[in-house]
Amino acid sequence: MKVTDKDVGYVADLANLELSDEERARMVRDLNSILDYVDRLNRADTSSVEAMSQVSEQLSADHHPTDSERFANRTREDVIEGLRKSLPREVALENAPDADDQFFEVPKVIER
Amino acid sequence: MDLNLLTIDAARSAVQNRTTTSMALVESFYARIQKEDAQIGAYLTLSKERALAQADRIDRMAAEGKQLPPLAGVPVGIKDVMCTRGLRTTAGSKILANFVPPYDCTAVARLEASGAVVLGKTNCDEFAMGSSNENSAFHPVHNPRDTSRVPGGSSGGSAAAVAADMAVAALGSDTGGSIRQPASFCGVVGVMPTYGRVSRYGLIAFASSLDHIGPLAKNVKDAATVLHAIAGRDPMDPTSADVPVPDYVAGLERPVRGLKVGVAREYFGEGLDREVKNGVESAIQKLAALGCEIVGVSLPHSEYAIPTYYIVATAEASSNLARFDGVRYGYRAQPARTLSEMYRRTRDQGFGAEVKRRIMLGTYALSAGYYDAYYLKAQKVRTLLTRDFEEAFQKVDVIVTPTSPTAAFKLGEKVDDPLAMYLADIYTVTADLAGIPGMSIPCGETREKLPIGLQILARHFDESTMLRVAYAYEQSPR
Repeated sequence: MKVTDKDVGYVADLANLELSDEERARMVRDLNSILDYVDRLNRADTSSVEAMSQVSEQLSADHHPTDSERFANRTREDVIEGLRKSLPREVALENAPDADDQFFEVPKVIER
Repeated sequence: MDLNLLTIDAARSAVQNRTTTSMALVESFYARIQKEDAQIGAYLTLSKERALAQADRIDRMAAEGKQLPPLAGVPVGIKDVMCTRGLRTTAGSKILANFVPPYDCTAVARLEASGAVVLGKTNCDEFAMGSSNENSAFHPVHNPRDTSRVPGGSSGGSAAAVAADMAVAALGSDTGGSIRQPASFCGVVGVMPTYGRVSRYGLIAFASSLDHIGPLAKNVKDAATVLHAIAGRDPMDPTSADVPVPDYVAGLERPVRGLKVGVAREYFGEGLDREVKNGVESAIQKLAALGCEIVGVSLPHSEYAIPTYYIVATAEASSNLARFDGVRYGYRAQPARTLSEMYRRTRDQGFGAEVKRRIMLGTYALSAGYYDAYYLKAQKVRTLLTRDFEEAFQKVDVIVTPTSPTAAFKLGEKVDDPLAMYLADIYTVTADLAGIPGMSIPCGETREKLPIGLQILARHFDESTMLRVAYAYEQSPR
């Protein structure tokens, strides 16, 4: 088995998930089953292959010079409220589970 | 005139000519939803106030004799992963059960600017993660063709709403097949455009290098009309492409004679249901009869598509879903003594099983010690899968495949086996990974009267050729 209960605990910590014992047991089973299948990737020879994180990178390969321009990430002018108005504070706070009239509120960050 | 059966053109013309009103259309669709949706479950939220206001606007324009825009009065459903100002947007998740966005998704805004009337938000798998719509935190969707079966996913509500005449068209999103597979299962047309063709501004992100917005509709022309309305560069989405949008509808009638249609043997192997295979092969024969040249092509890395997809997509999802932390919006677990405890409990209680599974898989694949073996490896294989298409498209204009290896399966059939569920996407994930456009159109039925879907894939930004082939097939005699 590739993924142990300890691994699941560690990854859940990284992902900020609190899993019940039952969920942890199921997760060990499911992740192992999926990763066993994923292992077939090792049969593919990628020794001289570049990694692709975006479609844009792939299309910016040499034979597609025009596509690289089409797909290039763009920057905008650094202007306050350049593309649209910022949300008014009260609107930005409207969906918050807990807020006063200025701030999002959360439980204590540091224990004394 | 049965208002619920109108196509986009017919609906718009009827409103323009004042043989009916936009208001009457809206009321007729809400009446149908009222009557049918208890059995189907396609909608999560109805937007009556917004719909009636838009209908009123359209009817005034018609009364004044103004030329109506292309989607005027057309009732549509919007998958509930697209933000709608003032209208609850849940992503099918408990964690956003009460989220009311302060702004509109660009695709929705463009549809409304073209005159469309938003009836409501359609059900989907939680955060668009699933192939059966059974991962909705609210309720499953039943396939209108056989209510014991799934509508497909994740845009199952959008596909079912169109199939059951509860919307003329709908928007869906596609990250690994989530427009095309439900379109196939419900017997409607579903189009995933090229990556970057339609702005994702306001789409709740699942996997940003793979997410697309596109239409579901009853026929190819309607799908082309909706796509034309939403496509094109949007300054609010820096990944949207600055490529001119051709008139998709005007191009439909162009002949297909002489076009080269690729058939890849890798899409007809083990796991493909015999009846689906027969349906797709008959469709290929019909394309040949229409004058297309059928050419064998090879996409040799196809066997790696599912593992590549499920590493790349979950890695990106684990990052995108970090924002759901109970602070700025959404559900918050109570009580919690510390910030960290609040995060963990909120996410444990707010996310469903499949979303947690994918966050865990993605976090694992990105974690120290596993990054190279999984994430980096998958990114490299993604390059190989993309090259397969580049090489094939030097020989052919489109590639046709089955959309899904089977017709719609039973509710509950695959819920306990995530891997079996993932394999439902085996023919669709490749187009998302390569960024090419793909669509599904109905091509016959199984003996049990379940729809079969034909998938058509095309080169980057060549939706026109893809739609043209789909239209020629659709219009040809049975």
